[in-house]
Amino acid sequence: MENNNSYWRENLRLIFICLAIWFVVSYGFGILLVEQLNVIRIGGYKLGFWFAQQGSIYVFVGLIFWYSAQMNKLDKKYDVEE
Amino acid sequence: MDELKLYTYIAVFGSFAMYFAIAWWSRAKSTSDFYIAGGGITPVQNGMAIGADWMSAASFISMAGLIAFLGYGGSVFLMGWTGGYVLLAMLLAPYMRKHGKFTVPEFIYDRYYSKSARIVAVICLIIASLTYIIGQMKGVGVAFSRFLEVEYDTGIYVGMAVVWFYAVLGGMKGITYTQIAQYCVLIFAYTIPAVFISLQLTGNPIPQLGLGSTLADGSGVYLLDKIDMVVTDLGFKEYTTDNMGGSLNMFAYTLSLMIGTAGLPHVIMRFFTVPNVKAARASAGYALVFISLLYTVAPAVGAMARFNLMNTIMPAAGENLEYAERPQWFKDWEKTGLLQFEDKNGDGKIQYVADANTNEMVKVDRDIMVLANPAIANLPNWVIALVAAGGLAAALSTAAGLLLAISSSISHDLMKGVLKPDLSEKDELLAGRVVMTLSIFVAGYLGLNPPGFAAGTVALAFGLAASSIFPALMMGIFAKRMSGKAAVWGMVSGIGITMLYVFQHKGVMFIPGTTFLGGMEPNWFFGISPNAFGAVGALVNFSVAFAVGKVTGPAPEQIQQLVENFRIPKGSGVAHEH
Repeated sequence: MENNNSYWRENLRLIFICLAIWFVVSYGFGILLVEQLNVIRIGGYKLGFWFAQQGSIYVFVGLIFWYSAQMNKLDKKYDVEE
Repeated sequence: MDELKLYTYIAVFGSFAMYFAIAWWSRAKSTSDFYIAGGGITPVQNGMAIGADWMSAASFISMAGLIAFLGYGGSVFLMGWTGGYVLLAMLLAPYMRKHGKFTVPEFIYDRYYSKSARIVAVICLIIASLTYIIGQMKGVGVAFSRFLEVEYDTGIYVGMAVVWFYAVLGGMKGITYTQIAQYCVLIFAYTIPAVFISLQLTGNPIPQLGLGSTLADGSGVYLLDKIDMVVTDLGFKEYTTDNMGGSLNMFAYTLSLMIGTAGLPHVIMRFFTVPNVKAARASAGYALVFISLLYTVAPAVGAMARFNLMNTIMPAAGENLEYAERPQWFKDWEKTGLLQFEDKNGDGKIQYVADANTNEMVKVDRDIMVLANPAIANLPNWVIALVAAGGLAAALSTAAGLLLAISSSISHDLMKGVLKPDLSEKDELLAGRVVMTLSIFVAGYLGLNPPGFAAGTVALAFGLAASSIFPALMMGIFAKRMSGKAAVWGMVSGIGITMLYVFQHKGVMFIPGTTFLGGMEPNWFFGISPNAFGAVGALVNFSVAFAVGKVTGPAPEQIQQLVENFRIPKGSGVAHEH
């Protein structure tokens, strides 16, 4: 029981980290801070515009795979894998 | 028969023949095959199937067109329809897979130990899915009538017959393998024209990089800067900064689409098809990889389509195209009524400007951008034929997934779950097939006689999923003391407030003239548009549920045990044997 509880707490911590990044790249860089970031350019892209139409999507993909890998480790550590 | 038509027939009927062959090979033999493909789909396969399931006629045909005209504001669709998968992978899919049942309402019933919760979920699911299907059926009809020049109605009948064959025969198993093939067709059909156009305009074959490159005409000007310049000269808003009614509206819009995505039952139920929790997490990742192949190309398609359109009408500053010299694609789309020109100043030339009084392009339908794009860029006929097959693959694959969601919620949740619990597996399988056949007729009927409110209802589908299903599922997993009564109250008030706001703007059931509380400004709630209101509805759902939960007390001990149990992956392999 105690084992399951700490497994769940570690999972919540991971989710929190991932969703914080998820929020920052899309709502932060893509919407709220877009004007400030648009001053910076990479090639023809304004940086804020790039995050809104390209960057955030790449980060989303990376986040899911990172989370899955971390969870697979956690499953082993707490011996709850299938 | 001309060359284009011949190629189109080959592409469309060749792909249909492939779907039939796959359906025959993978027909369903048990309810488990029919609802969840026997639970043996690998994460990569599932990712592709989710991709095809998810990317509908709206993603394939409409999205790039929306981006072409909304510019930066169109980002809400890009972020909203992809960011939802992060939520699915972390907040819903693994735990719902661990619990291991067939449908979303069944999960809600088990977790909230309440038949009324199950029925509310079934109703939300059916409304959300049916409104979605109308759009797919219309997409099938339009693709057939434009590319094969058959009647719109005939197109819908052919579409119904094809879906019937593989969905009824194969259930989830047939649908899954067909969707994998459909994903391949649609992604090729989408990216090949984009690669050609990117190469033409910027010399870079990768559209994602081409969008950020300089033009290939030797001027050294960046493509996006050029578009900004051209559109602002004509009085339109700047492409890369036009933010669709402000940051707060964009914020709420994106959030509504994200949680709406995560709450759409036809997507969630795909996660029940994989063998274990680990595979459920991985398939969300693969799904997003396959989806992002299209979604990162779409902004390039949109921007380049806008550029080509502007460039055709106004080849150089101050120089306008003679109407008599307009290209063939212009004439083709004029015939459909989706493109209209009116020579207001009588000079025989086309003026395309933002000012409605002098603009002569009186109608440029956004939906034609993807379909007309290859022709605008003078691409070979086989590319155009491929786009037709791709559009059909996108519409059919989504329609099949939605039909399965509807039929399983009726045969499994209403008939077996509520009305007749002693239904045998064989009878349930038969019932599933009968209900699916009926659903196809309803969908076909709605496609033939689209209700006046069809356009507004896709937004309603997301609003419903966001404000009802997503919060109920999330609280079911993360708030283990949340009681059934509290969840039902939350769902009902979340949907209620969202529908009120939408109807107040667009009329009750979208009938014009029935807007109530007249005299209020549009988007009066902090400038949030009705399409973006699902996020507010979700917030209301969460608050009401927690408030009611405080009053009515926690869920029973055995339910809290159940939650503890599906929070850990161990033992999901046997969960299907119930």
